[in-house]
Parts: sequence; C-alpha cells; structure tokens
Amino acid sequence: MSALSHGGIRRHVRSYIGVFAALAVLTLVTVAVSNLRLAFFFAIAAALLIAVVKASLVAGFFMHLAFERVIIFVLLFFTFLFFLALLILPALS
Amino acid sequence: MSTAVIPYISESHPVTGVTNSKLGTWCFLASEVMLFGGLFSAYVLLRTGTLEWPHGKELLNVPLATVNTLVLITSSVTMVMSWASLVMKSLSRYRFFMGLTILLGLAFLVVKAFEYGHKFQHHLFPSTGTFYAVYFTLTGLHGLHVLGGILVNLYFLVPGSRLWRTNPEQFTGRIECAGLYWHFVDLVWIFLFPVLYLL
Repeated sequence: MSALSHGGIRRHVRSYIGVFAALAVLTLVTVAVSNLRLAFFFAIAAALLIAVVKASLVAGFFMHLAFERVIIFVLLFFTFLFFLALLILPALS
Repeated sequence: MSTAVIPYISESHPVTGVTNSKLGTWCFLASEVMLFGGLFSAYVLLRTGTLEWPHGKELLNVPLATVNTLVLITSSVTMVMSWASLVMKSLSRYRFFMGLTILLGLAFLVVKAFEYGHKFQHHLFPSTGTFYAVYFTLTGLHGLHVLGGILVNLYFLVPGSRLWRTNPEQFTGRIECAGLYWHFVDLVWIFLFPVLYLL
C-alpha cells in the first residue's frame, strides 16, 4: 500500500465512509433479527452470517485485505485450517 | 558496537512482496486467532455439553453493548483515517484521528467497566456459573487487547510520532501495522457481541 497515489487514497477514504455505514446498519440488523424469536438454528445462522459479512468488510477494507499480496492469504488459509481444527477436534474426542 | 538493521521494513521483500513488518504483524494476528479460537472452541463445547444455557440477552445489557459495538466500529474508521492522513502527508490530521481513536477505545472500556460493575453489584462473578465464566473470560481478554491497543496508539500519538520527521515512510508503515492490530480487536468483538449477547 506504500505506492498509493494521492487520488488512490482519496478513493479509499470514500470507501471507508461507505463501509462504516454498512457496519453500523448491520449491527442494528443483527440486534433486530435476534428479537424475531427465530428457531435456534436459524438464529445462529443469521447471527453468524451477519458477523461474517461485517468481519469481511473490516478485513477487506480497513485491513486492506482486498488489495493484499498472495503470501498473506496463504498465511490466513493455514490460520483458518488450524482454527477449524481447534473447533472440530475437541468435539470429536 | 554495531547496530543490527532489520531489512525490508519500508520496502517490500522481493520474495514475499510485502514488508517484513506487515508479514510479522499478520503472523502475530494468526497466533491471536489461535488464542481466541481456543476459547471460542471451549465456549461451543461447554454450551453444547450442557442441558440448559441462559439466553445472553436476558442476563446482559444488549442496548449498552450495541452502543459499544458502534463505538468500536467508529474507532476502526478513525484508525484507518489516521493512516490515510499520513499517506496524504498530513501529520496534524493524523494526530486528530489517532486522538479520536484513543478516546473511542477509552469510551469502550468505560462502558465495559460499567457493565462489569453492574454485574459485580448483583454478586455475579466468573465463579457464578459457566455462562458468566465464559462471558468474563472472553470479554475480559478482549478488553485487555483494547487496553493494549490504546497504549500502543498513545505511544504513536506522542513520542513515537517523532519518527515522522526523520523517516515518514517507516512511520506510516508502523501506523498501518498498529491499525491491523486495532481492526483485529474490532473483528473479535464483531463475533463476541452476537455470540455472547444475542444468542
């Protein structure tokens, strides 16, 4: 990101405002959905789906992951695998 | 005495295509995923292993936590704006946004302290039950991360910003890495909020 032009960073700044609005709206949506008294499975699915969308926005734009090099994705791929192992292995034993 | 120079701090490493600082920060964040991931896994296991699990919204203050979520999201925006200000060569705007980020981080901790205080007043402690044990461990560890981020940001607001005069590119890189950490802490909260308060 060090080779960003002046115009490039201005476009980024505009995107940050949009991402902020989306995150704020999704926060309110997730609270509203939790008041719907959905069946437990759907409540979990909805809450996690919204959280994943919000997390993707933060990682993609604020952490510049949408414009990042391959090496970071390789690192994150393995992180994700080990994270899944942490979740699944204890349940199997 | 010789001084060791860490290579590829401001320019990308020819092999990885990123600076060593950024790769190192991401490796640190990967280890943080393992730390929170282990606790998250414990939460899932404890919850699925019990017959009854209280609804977070009946025990915890959802409106307060919603406000706190918005505070933390806003602080992520001001953090990324402080970095963008440096890319646009404005130290004064950087100071403004970094100061805001620190204040918002403190606001988050103050609200959290009120939540904790309220629980303690009603004699609800980590030892009260499995739900509160999980709640205090996860939010407590997250709160410590917020505190750590505030301290790092305070350093970069005042003494650390002297580097801007001698090596602006390196300073901008440092703020980008501090930002990666701060956004990660925001990201953890994005999952903790629905999991603990809403489900």
